[in-house]
Amino acid sequence: MQANVQQFPPFREPEPAHGHDDHGHEHHEPGFWTKYVFSSDHKVIGIQYGMTALCFLLFGFFLMLLMRWQIAHPTQPVPFLGPLLAKTLGPMAAGGVISPDLYNAFGAMHGTIMVFLGVVPLAFAAFGNYVVPLMIGAPDMTFPRINMASYHAFFLGGVVMFVSFFIPGGAAQAGWTSYSPLATTIPTNGQAFWLVGMVLLITSSLLGAVNFIATIIQLRAPGMTWMRLPWFVWAQFVTAFILLLAFPPLEAAGVLQLMDNALGTSFFLPTGLAVAGKVGEASGGGSPLLWQHLFWFLGHPEVYVLILPAMGIVVEVIANNTRKPIWGYKSLVYSVLAVGFLSFIVWAHHMYMTGMGQKIATFFQATTMIISIPSVIILTCMFLSLWGGSIRINTPMLFALGFLPMFGIGGLTGLPLGLAAADLYLHDTYYIIAHFHYVVAPGTLFALFAGVYFWFPKMTGRKMNEFWGRVHFWCSFVFMNLVFMPMFAQGIKGMIRRMSDGGVNYSAARVPGAIDTLPGSVMELNTWILWAAVGLGLAQIPFIINLFWSIKHGEKVGTNPWQATTLDWHTPTPPPHGNFPKAPRIVRGPYEYNAPGFEGSFAPQAEFPAADHGHAQPAHH
Amino acid sequence: MEIPYTVQNRPDTGIYNAKLGIWLFLASEVMLFGGLFSAYVLLRAGSEPGMWPHGWLDVRLGTVNTLLLALSAITTLLAWAACKVRDFRKFKIFHACTILLALAFLGIKSYEYHDKFIHYEIALNDGTFVDGHLVEKSADFDLKKKTGTVTLHGRAVTDRKELMDLRAPEAKAATLEEHVVAAADIKKMQNYGPWHNTFTAIYFTMTGLHALHIIGGTLVIFYLWGPGSRMWKTDPERFTNRIEVSGLFWHFVDLVWIFLFPVMYLT
Repeated sequence: MQANVQQFPPFREPEPAHGHDDHGHEHHEPGFWTKYVFSSDHKVIGIQYGMTALCFLLFGFFLMLLMRWQIAHPTQPVPFLGPLLAKTLGPMAAGGVISPDLYNAFGAMHGTIMVFLGVVPLAFAAFGNYVVPLMIGAPDMTFPRINMASYHAFFLGGVVMFVSFFIPGGAAQAGWTSYSPLATTIPTNGQAFWLVGMVLLITSSLLGAVNFIATIIQLRAPGMTWMRLPWFVWAQFVTAFILLLAFPPLEAAGVLQLMDNALGTSFFLPTGLAVAGKVGEASGGGSPLLWQHLFWFLGHPEVYVLILPAMGIVVEVIANNTRKPIWGYKSLVYSVLAVGFLSFIVWAHHMYMTGMGQKIATFFQATTMIISIPSVIILTCMFLSLWGGSIRINTPMLFALGFLPMFGIGGLTGLPLGLAAADLYLHDTYYIIAHFHYVVAPGTLFALFAGVYFWFPKMTGRKMNEFWGRVHFWCSFVFMNLVFMPMFAQGIKGMIRRMSDGGVNYSAARVPGAIDTLPGSVMELNTWILWAAVGLGLAQIPFIINLFWSIKHGEKVGTNPWQATTLDWHTPTPPPHGNFPKAPRIVRGPYEYNAPGFEGSFAPQAEFPAADHGHAQPAHH
Repeated sequence: MEIPYTVQNRPDTGIYNAKLGIWLFLASEVMLFGGLFSAYVLLRAGSEPGMWPHGWLDVRLGTVNTLLLALSAITTLLAWAACKVRDFRKFKIFHACTILLALAFLGIKSYEYHDKFIHYEIALNDGTFVDGHLVEKSADFDLKKKTGTVTLHGRAVTDRKELMDLRAPEAKAATLEEHVVAAADIKKMQNYGPWHNTFTAIYFTMTGLHALHIIGGTLVIFYLWGPGSRMWKTDPERFTNRIEVSGLFWHFVDLVWIFLFPVMYLT
């Protein structure tokens, strides 16, 4: 539709990519602060998000290691880190031993940090910020300064969360779900910090989501029609809508809980609530169930916020490395839209145990089964794309291939949890821990690793080391499974989550006809899991070194080392401020690999006409 | 580097960036207030029979405030229309009205808040209640030491439930008079702050959050009316867009009040 394309006003020509210190319209070398801290360039913001998120992921991982030590060796001082804990955290870690309170704080904060400060910022904000504008041929995000504010709000939220460890009483201890009235009655201000931190993080994701949606709707280059969008962009688009609409009810809930904690209201406190044997002063009349509804109204869509961008990365990597069009592009698009919509009406399947009523449970059971259909379609399209491809094996592809069975295990083990009858037994056991970790850890995280290895050459002009990348993949793959697979067995045997002693007391308490001891073999697995987790930690060392070493010393590559079709690989590397020295015009779909009628193994999505509506020359110097 | 469609509509979407942005933001705001209204419904439906308050708020003041906001919606629209026809003087007048109306709204709201904070319910040791507005506390009044007296203008009741429905005929027939209560007789004394019961809690939270939106919107409109209006000289079209976008936000805030008023004051 050439005539249609002509209607667009011309792109402003940015400065030439190389050789000058000029930066867009600023005719001076930007200082360190403007360039790296107060930057409104989507690529810098993407990298800021990525680095911060990776740090938080590592921090959250260490919290998990400490908890695994405590589970395997209850009441024994933590080796190596024990003195440090005792020094920084005081009485909660006296003698380097993790007290039950501290264990609870670690548990709550591990979940919070991994979800809200690690995976979401990396999957959505980092990759989305860096890649989406490049893929759709935009010069930047629609609201660059709001984009900057989004990162700053996120960073501030992270600082508030981090600081809460060191206040008297310690960080929040009511789980990442912060169920009331527990969250209000634990005597620590950590919960208030948690709530303030969450409000900041929600603000950040709101600003980001508005920006993403507006960018994708408004700034697509001429010819980039909806059905020519790379699927990664579709995934980010739906994710942004989920963040936009699902987060605010949690913000409302956060405000209400903050009122409960700070002003003594009773939104979530029932009448006659007794704490430590005494009936409290609160007016009562509140509803604990209300918190759970508001929390899970975000909480479940949040799962899709974690997984959809990751799936987007996997689709890009698979299409690129099978060297053929992705199978079922349209099915993928409609499926991701269906998942996005359905994700809003499945939340109460987290609440079968609350006594909310069988009728409601039945409804949510049905919607939960329905949402698995589009999810399975997406995964099937990925699998079928492999069929008949001349597959190139490299580190990003290994991680993408690893994602498929890992997410498959995570998804399929979720089905029994979606059925109320089975869930009543499995609820709050290690089975569910294994289930959602398979979705998020070897699932989403593997896809994110694939993304890091895949787009690293775009950000730096160098590839990460292939050999150490493969070491990273295979070790992570083995240890991930050694960590999480045994938890299915533990859960089925009845081991309950959130026990700071790893089930020792629970196992010792025999109530005839109700509780049986956990067999020794199940308890023994705790030790195995600990050492597998340590191995998993060691397996990340090659990645960390590789990441930093390759910035300076990696193999130099051109602008398109993977011979990819999408627009992000057809800009200079790294892309200049404004991204495209010449305005792109999109002429075909995103996955034209080895398509008939084209020379070479791929046909780029865009053409770059030399003359562009009278703006043939770069604007000025 | 410049972002396209900051001022002009994109031809195929028919909208400029900021307008799309504000609509998306408002969608998220709908979910925020939607969450709170849902909380209101659940809390009210789950309250003990006879314990959900009725008629605690002054309908006359609420009506005045509703009219003020409705008027401000009209002046906001007229201010934007004035920009569209390039009549800067009229824009200044209309948006000055908007700001004054908003301040009047906030003034009345503060008065209502204050009225709740000086309204006390006292549970006496003999199991009865005294409820009313604070007239005075004696100089030596101290609840802990049990010295002195407090004077309330209101009524004394034997059952707390009588305080809940002020629209009931008995409540309307009750005469309000001054009651002097000795600190020694007081079991619990509490004002009608957010902590008083679930109704005051949700009332203060929702109207408070709404008032914050009013304050935020007023600040933005004041900026565009004052220092921000310099853009009129350099880029009137972009300035008009700013008035439109801030106006959309303002209309949303008015709309929230249109829901708050019946839910809080009339039912």
